[in-house]
Amino acid sequence: MRSETGFDPALYDRFPTKGRRPKGEEDELRRIWCKPKGWEYLTVVNNNYVGIYYLGTAFLFFLMAGVLALLMRAQLAAPMLEILPQGVYNQVFTMHGTVMMFLFAVPAVEAAGVLLLPQMLAARDLPFPRLSAYAFWAYAVGGLCFFASIFVGLAPDGGWFMYPPLTSKTYSPGINTDFWLLGIGFIEISAIAGAIEIIVGVLRTRAPGMSLDKMPIFAWSMLVFAVMIVIAFPSIILGTLLLEIERAFNWPFFDATRGGDPMLWQHLFWFFGHPEVYIIFLPAAGMMSMIVATVAKTELVGYRLIVLAMLATGFISFGVWAHHMFTTGMPPMTTGFFSAASMAVSVPAGLQVFSWIATIAIGKRSFNAPGLFVLGSIVIFVTGGLTGVMVAMVPFDWQAHDSYFIVAHLHYVLIGGMVFPLFAAFYYWIPMVSRRALSERLAKWVFGLMFTGMNIAFLPMHLAGLQGMPRRVYTYLPGQGLELPNLISTIGAFMLAVGVSLFLVDLARNFRLALDEGNAGNVYDGATLEWLPSALYSTRSIPVVRSPEPLRDDPKLAEDVEKGRYFLPGSATGLRETIVTSPLLAEPQYLQIMPGPSAWPFAAAIFTAGFFLALTVQAYSFAWVSAVLTVASVLRWLWDTDRKVEKGEVDIGAGIMVPTYVTGPSSHGWWAMVILLVVMAMIFIMALFSLAFLWSNQPSFWAAPPLGDAVLISLLYGVAFAAALAARPLLRRGPTWPVLLFLVSTLASGIALWLDWNGWNATGLGPEASGQGAVIYALQALEAFALAIGVLMAAYCAARAGRGLITLPRSNTIDLTMLFLAYCAAQGLTGALFGRAFGMP
Amino acid sequence: MILRPGSSLSVTSAGSGWPPAVFDPAGPYSEPVTTLAWALLLGGTAVFALVLAALGVALFGSAALKARLGGEKAIWIGGFAFPAVVLTGLLIWGLMLTSSLSATRVTGAEMRVKIIGEMWWWRVHYQDAEGRETLRDANELHIPVGKPVLLELETADVIHSFWVPRLGGKMDMIPGRTNRLLIQADKPGVYKGQCAEYCGGPHALMGFIVVAHTAEDFARWKASRVPARGEQGRGLELFLSSGCAACHTIRGTPATGLAGPDLTHVGSRQTLGAGILPNNPGTMAGWIADAQAIKPANRMPAYHQLSAEELLAVSEYLVRRK
Repeated sequence: MRSETGFDPALYDRFPTKGRRPKGEEDELRRIWCKPKGWEYLTVVNNNYVGIYYLGTAFLFFLMAGVLALLMRAQLAAPMLEILPQGVYNQVFTMHGTVMMFLFAVPAVEAAGVLLLPQMLAARDLPFPRLSAYAFWAYAVGGLCFFASIFVGLAPDGGWFMYPPLTSKTYSPGINTDFWLLGIGFIEISAIAGAIEIIVGVLRTRAPGMSLDKMPIFAWSMLVFAVMIVIAFPSIILGTLLLEIERAFNWPFFDATRGGDPMLWQHLFWFFGHPEVYIIFLPAAGMMSMIVATVAKTELVGYRLIVLAMLATGFISFGVWAHHMFTTGMPPMTTGFFSAASMAVSVPAGLQVFSWIATIAIGKRSFNAPGLFVLGSIVIFVTGGLTGVMVAMVPFDWQAHDSYFIVAHLHYVLIGGMVFPLFAAFYYWIPMVSRRALSERLAKWVFGLMFTGMNIAFLPMHLAGLQGMPRRVYTYLPGQGLELPNLISTIGAFMLAVGVSLFLVDLARNFRLALDEGNAGNVYDGATLEWLPSALYSTRSIPVVRSPEPLRDDPKLAEDVEKGRYFLPGSATGLRETIVTSPLLAEPQYLQIMPGPSAWPFAAAIFTAGFFLALTVQAYSFAWVSAVLTVASVLRWLWDTDRKVEKGEVDIGAGIMVPTYVTGPSSHGWWAMVILLVVMAMIFIMALFSLAFLWSNQPSFWAAPPLGDAVLISLLYGVAFAAALAARPLLRRGPTWPVLLFLVSTLASGIALWLDWNGWNATGLGPEASGQGAVIYALQALEAFALAIGVLMAAYCAARAGRGLITLPRSNTIDLTMLFLAYCAAQGLTGALFGRAFGMP
Repeated sequence: MILRPGSSLSVTSAGSGWPPAVFDPAGPYSEPVTTLAWALLLGGTAVFALVLAALGVALFGSAALKARLGGEKAIWIGGFAFPAVVLTGLLIWGLMLTSSLSATRVTGAEMRVKIIGEMWWWRVHYQDAEGRETLRDANELHIPVGKPVLLELETADVIHSFWVPRLGGKMDMIPGRTNRLLIQADKPGVYKGQCAEYCGGPHALMGFIVVAHTAEDFARWKASRVPARGEQGRGLELFLSSGCAACHTIRGTPATGLAGPDLTHVGSRQTLGAGILPNNPGTMAGWIADAQAIKPANRMPAYHQLSAEELLAVSEYLVRRK
């Protein structure tokens, strides 16, 4: 057996250990991972609680957006009804799409990850529990405030895709649009925080021995999901930022009269927007793969094919965005490419569907609740996939695009590809967190109503679309044959709603939260680690994983884990901790000390939400106060972390010793920082793309500062880069050195940025003058923002050095600041050179 | 009684919804797409039936059939080989069709019209072969049958999309760009169209019609596009004094406003309010009196201040603008 880290795999044979564990070991675990009381429910960071809160909130948004859908269906039940006036309808359909996509679908699967991943991987918690808590609270508070805008008539009404110039200040002067841009921009940040958490969690906190090929499919799907978020979301973050800046400061990014281009928004939006569909689908497909195998009481057929299919989906999905733009007048060559990619992306989906069918074929037939939803999901999703192939054909799309045919198609894909799998998952995993399972008898009714209602609601929409009914219409004229299909759709929608309501009744009757102990347990006989007996500390001990379905292959596993015969049967340091393992083979590397409950992530989330809300309603002084309080709360929450651990090495079971403090590229903090920098780089790359895109329209009108400036700017950024990198090795000589070097680095970057800005300013090109000016100054604003964070980080290092809190000879705090400042210099240099290159005559 | 859009609309002849517009093509730019749509629909249904059959076998089939379905080989065949072959074929068909229908293939023999989207109506500028403007109209496009029409699509404000399903696919109207679309009708008749890109407010009520004439009728229609001259009267006086002329042009009169539709030939149009009302003195009076009640948020203010007699005079004047 080969080894990844030098760890000897023969050591795994020491488990399960013999002999009794000392008394009181389990009680200590229980004390360390104790249950919150009273107000502490707001400050918990444990993934069990945060995951449940998160999932509950996402489901609440599903219900609320569902009510909006019913209002729309009521309005469209007959032609020219006046149940919802035009203005209200436009807000309602915008909110329905926005809330379903941003506040339900993505958060719901992310929440499922937060709740399930640590259990499946047998980690005690996710690696950054406070970050999960922050991400959740920011999302919940921000999302609810955003939703409330509809009650006061201030909800956005430009469609969930927010195309300018309809959403520009000229055509949407109210703050409705700002609610969308700031609200959604902010919630995206929370999604990215969750994605970072999930990537590091999946790659670094798996149970020892769980090499990538033994990892549950759901973990694979969450990994691909999170990587896709990291690549796709920056595009929409940049887009919302640019549009908000255009609205607030009149910088013409999307204004065709001043060298901007509304098509730029469409590219930025759909570069996020189409991968988004797969971002939602993949985790749900991951759940399906797990459920289908358990329900059929067999192993999953085609595990490797499914993993391959998910990776392929993730990859291809970044090449299909322009299929939302087939009617914008793109040349046939371009549409041909995107048409081909859009068809190609259906192949991996087909592979997964046939893997499920194959699994059902070799397994036992079962029509229990999760089984029914799995079957329903396959039928609905296949229908949506087939209409998807239809609209991938460019000439057909010229007819179907922006018609009700698309409304039908997307609901088949999303309900079949995400909602039904989620309901299957509810039935399947609720016994893990509830004292009682849900009712199988009621489930048949829930499924029957939802499945029938769904088809009655959405099948006729294909027809309405082909009859010529466009999307996003608050009414339609009589006499076009649209009355009947619309009435049928409305009836189906209400049927679907009755099914969901029945599910709520079931929840009310049977769902009793039991996170600590005493949950209903392994009702469906699942074979993965989340079905081990667990409490708030997760499993008593962390097993060695020797196969993809450990519970099936080792019937004694549950008992051995429960008796503490595996890794970490107690707490080695008296603190919250989990084992960090290597990314490929999951060999134990070190013991991570985890932060416990804290009010600061909660406070930071409240203030962040306050900041964005205040910006939206233009209460600027309140916004700045909130911003300062946010930064203060974050720094305060960080202050407790990265401390010296007394025991340098500890026994994590069977005499295996691992360090408790690790720095450098193998530490989980380093990984998270690198992913964060990828996010920032993606935002910056999309901004560079914006410049190139606008340039391709009218290059002859472009200005540029003299190229000679670039030499000095490059030199200064070079100094900043080198100074940052020198900080790590020089920490050996004392913490003063890195602090001084950080000062040099930020100063050099700051001066370089000032020179860059000055050079452009001297050309007379202002940000309001043209699309070029707007993007150039936006690049500099991005750099200034990054640098401001860099300065804060450097100051934080200085403060910790002053208090003697920097660990020697290596410190994660110094390492991460080094990475960030080096990145700032690289980003600044790229922006300065790129901007000048595109301005050259 | 409140006038409702679509009530007793005379253009209902434009389609009862059956057969669905996309399956009822009327020209060479929609016909091949209909063939494609049928192929996709039937092929898609067949594939759906196959998947259902596979699912049925997986659940209820004999042990031997189940064993065949339950391996990686079946996954490769059903999930990869089969779709790869079908999709490759489809892609080739799609690519060929795309290029043959695109307005990149223009011969110069086409009739040319510039259509400019406005919130929430359409300017129609007829052009000669050299692209010079010959006539302005709104919300209604007249074409001869059997001749391709090259549309230059632009917008005055936000993004709109031009769509007449029976004559061709849709094409967006995007600020800063001119998109081109070819349409053609092979049979005389009225073809309904509607804005397909959400453009705010009453986007749902931004319709229009295409009227296809035989060659002789089209020549007659064209010849009749001469503004009446020297007409006086109370209707025109009221039109000018009430402020209508600030937004509307009636050629041959002092009314030269540009914000709203050109009304020189408004009486000859089949619809009012951009494809949503039949055109007669009653609907015209109702529209002038309270366009906001009929098409909320459109740019035409309500003229409550006009008396019934004045309304009638203005509307009768307008419906005479043939």
